Amino acid sequence: MDWSLVIGNAAAELISPTTAAYALAAVGLAVHFGYTGLLNFGQAAFMAIGAYGFAVSVLYFGLPFWGAVLASLLASVVFALILGIPTLRLRSDYLAIVTIASAEILRYIVSTTSLASVTGGAGGLSAFAGEFYAMNPFAEGTYLFWPFDVTAKDLWVRVVGWSIVALATLLVFALMRSPWGRVVKGIREDEDAVRSLGKNVYSYKMQSLVFGGALGTLAGIIFILPRSVQPGNYGTGLTFFIWTVMLLGGAATILGPVVGSMVFWVLLSLTDGLLQGLVNQGVITFLTTDQIGPVRFILIGLGLMALVVFRPQGIFGNKKELQFNG
Amino acid sequence: MNPLSLSTRRPFALWLGALAVLFGMLFSAAPASAADEASNPDSTTFSIGGIIKDGETLLEGVQILVTGEAFEETGTTGADGRWSVVVPNKGEYTVALQLETLPEGASLRDEKKATKTVTVDLVNTVNVLFALNDTTSTGDAAGEGSGAPQANVFLGRLIAGLNLGILLAMAAIGLSLIYGTTALNNFAHGEMVTLGALLAFTLNRILGIDLIISAVITMVLVAGSGWLQDAAIWRPLRKRRVGLTQMMIVSIGFSLVVRYVFQIIYGGDTKVLSQGEIWDIFGVPTQAVNVISAGIAVVILLLVALFLTRTRLGKATRAVADNPSLAAATGIDVESIIRIVWVVAGALTGISGVMLGLFVQASWDMGFSILLLLFAAVTLGGLGTAFGAAVGAMVVGLFVELSTLVIPSDLKFAGALIVLILVLLVRPQGILGKAQRIG
Repeated sequence: MDWSLVIGNAAAELISPTTAAYALAAVGLAVHFGYTGLLNFGQAAFMAIGAYGFAVSVLYFGLPFWGAVLASLLASVVFALILGIPTLRLRSDYLAIVTIASAEILRYIVSTTSLASVTGGAGGLSAFAGEFYAMNPFAEGTYLFWPFDVTAKDLWVRVVGWSIVALATLLVFALMRSPWGRVVKGIREDEDAVRSLGKNVYSYKMQSLVFGGALGTLAGIIFILPRSVQPGNYGTGLTFFIWTVMLLGGAATILGPVVGSMVFWVLLSLTDGLLQGLVNQGVITFLTTDQIGPVRFILIGLGLMALVVFRPQGIFGNKKELQFNG
Repeated sequence: MNPLSLSTRRPFALWLGALAVLFGMLFSAAPASAADEASNPDSTTFSIGGIIKDGETLLEGVQILVTGEAFEETGTTGADGRWSVVVPNKGEYTVALQLETLPEGASLRDEKKATKTVTVDLVNTVNVLFALNDTTSTGDAAGEGSGAPQANVFLGRLIAGLNLGILLAMAAIGLSLIYGTTALNNFAHGEMVTLGALLAFTLNRILGIDLIISAVITMVLVAGSGWLQDAAIWRPLRKRRVGLTQMMIVSIGFSLVVRYVFQIIYGGDTKVLSQGEIWDIFGVPTQAVNVISAGIAVVILLLVALFLTRTRLGKATRAVADNPSLAAATGIDVESIIRIVWVVAGALTGISGVMLGLFVQASWDMGFSILLLLFAAVTLGGLGTAFGAAVGAMVVGLFVELSTLVIPSDLKFAGALIVLILVLLVRPQGILGKAQRIG
């Protein structure tokens, strides 16, 4: 087994754009769940809106890069409003069911063959990021050092992606120290108490849903810049991964989602690499290489169960800060 | 750290391990012995399959007869239009599309091409395509203009919808009973549906046990899995006083684990479970086995209703669902009621899985794709009310099937979920729910 390859691949995940996208989506989810206490099980939908909003705007409506980004953000605000209006007044588990249902509705809509001319149907969309890469200020060549060595194109995506993650993290940090942040944290702890202080709980919840959703949408755009848009990526599995990432680092912490995403992807890459190596060398005989994919999901599932039972506050979290109440 | 938490922590971990081992034994044993019987290991199973569609509409319930190499089997297309027949070895097979099973209005472009010969040799899976006349692009339903076929299409969808609704109802009542007594949103409920379908497939198609006996064994096994889930996961978590939101996330993790264990054991393809003759129901060709399962399901639903309203145990169950503390104060053993509910829910969901397997064919993720329909049914009827779940399931089943008359069939699940959101806007407590339940 080529250890340097396995470890190099795992380490490269630390700065990969996918890790950045998951981190950003998890920051958005932390605003929903960690700070406001909203059970959003449809973060995949916000990411899908980012991906499809951007790609369809560019390919179908011919919008420029910034127009496409704005269009997807607008779409995500509209989606959050549609989602919030019927559910934010109801008990929290209704929001869970409605958000997961809406995410699936969206996935069915973008993958239906009857809209294939717009969304590409089951085949998805590709070749929409030309303008983004045309803005690349880095000259051709190889940058950074092993195991992070990347081409100029890869470097550009990483710089943009991680800059947005950093900005979003700073913004959330500032917001949670502001009066607004104290109110939403109050809603998480005791909705009725906040209401009795004369705050419009419904409106604050809606603002939180819109803001976290917009972060998810930006994450969706970062996610697809280096790859094509595939409808299969936006199933409920994606939402559960983002939840795992968020809970891993700590739902109500500033850096938790970012570190959670790094740990998540490094661990996945390591286990994938190790299993591949062991199966190829014949050490593990009860699995074939095709079955390694499912094993990753089983590990995530077990991890999620153990995490939420034994360490619900995550790596960084303070157990007193985050009490699951439901 | 108090001694209680110490003593409860270790059994939980032990149970988790035991559960994993049990699941492993249960599922690795069956297919392995089957493979020995047919003397071909998993890596060299051969199958012939394909997809039947009329323009953009995927056709369900079309039968394809595969014969050759002293082997004969009929494949039926599922809701996604796909069919697949596993053949014993390499060789030449004759694949015949059963023209009479095509839905009203659909026809082959060339009638002579209804029978094809294929060779299974280098590739393990051979795809066979049948070219159909595209009738969907000219009108929204087959045979536009003439009233009779239109009515027939409607009737066909209506029967399919009632059928689906009745089958969903059993699983939905299971989900609703669990929610009612434990307030747990069980995201791993769909996996019990899958377990039912895959166990029935293993017993009936691999081990060759009679379908009825297979169904009964499956029902017992899935009921047992319900008991095991409660004993291994949910009871220890209740003892630890783990929050409901956390429990919900645990059920999500559990669902991921079980689903992908199924995928490793059974593979990612669709397992054909249904077979047998076609009956004519009001002029609509319907699989006999589905009609019979709908009948059995009605009987089972009536028995559940009698159990809940007439027996002491059923009344106690409803009392726990209504108010656990009050029920406990009147002398009801809440924990044992919950255990019984898990067993009953498992049995109902398992048999529902067998019948849904016969209806739409079995696959590793079928339960998860149905899960949201179950949640829709339970929420539509009113969270936690068993009869509401049955009513909700009928609404969802009918809506899913009837909506295909208007919207593309690959959007039919989306339509049902949109209805869920609309109902929450107008009547959040659901059809039979009590207003104070919504908090």
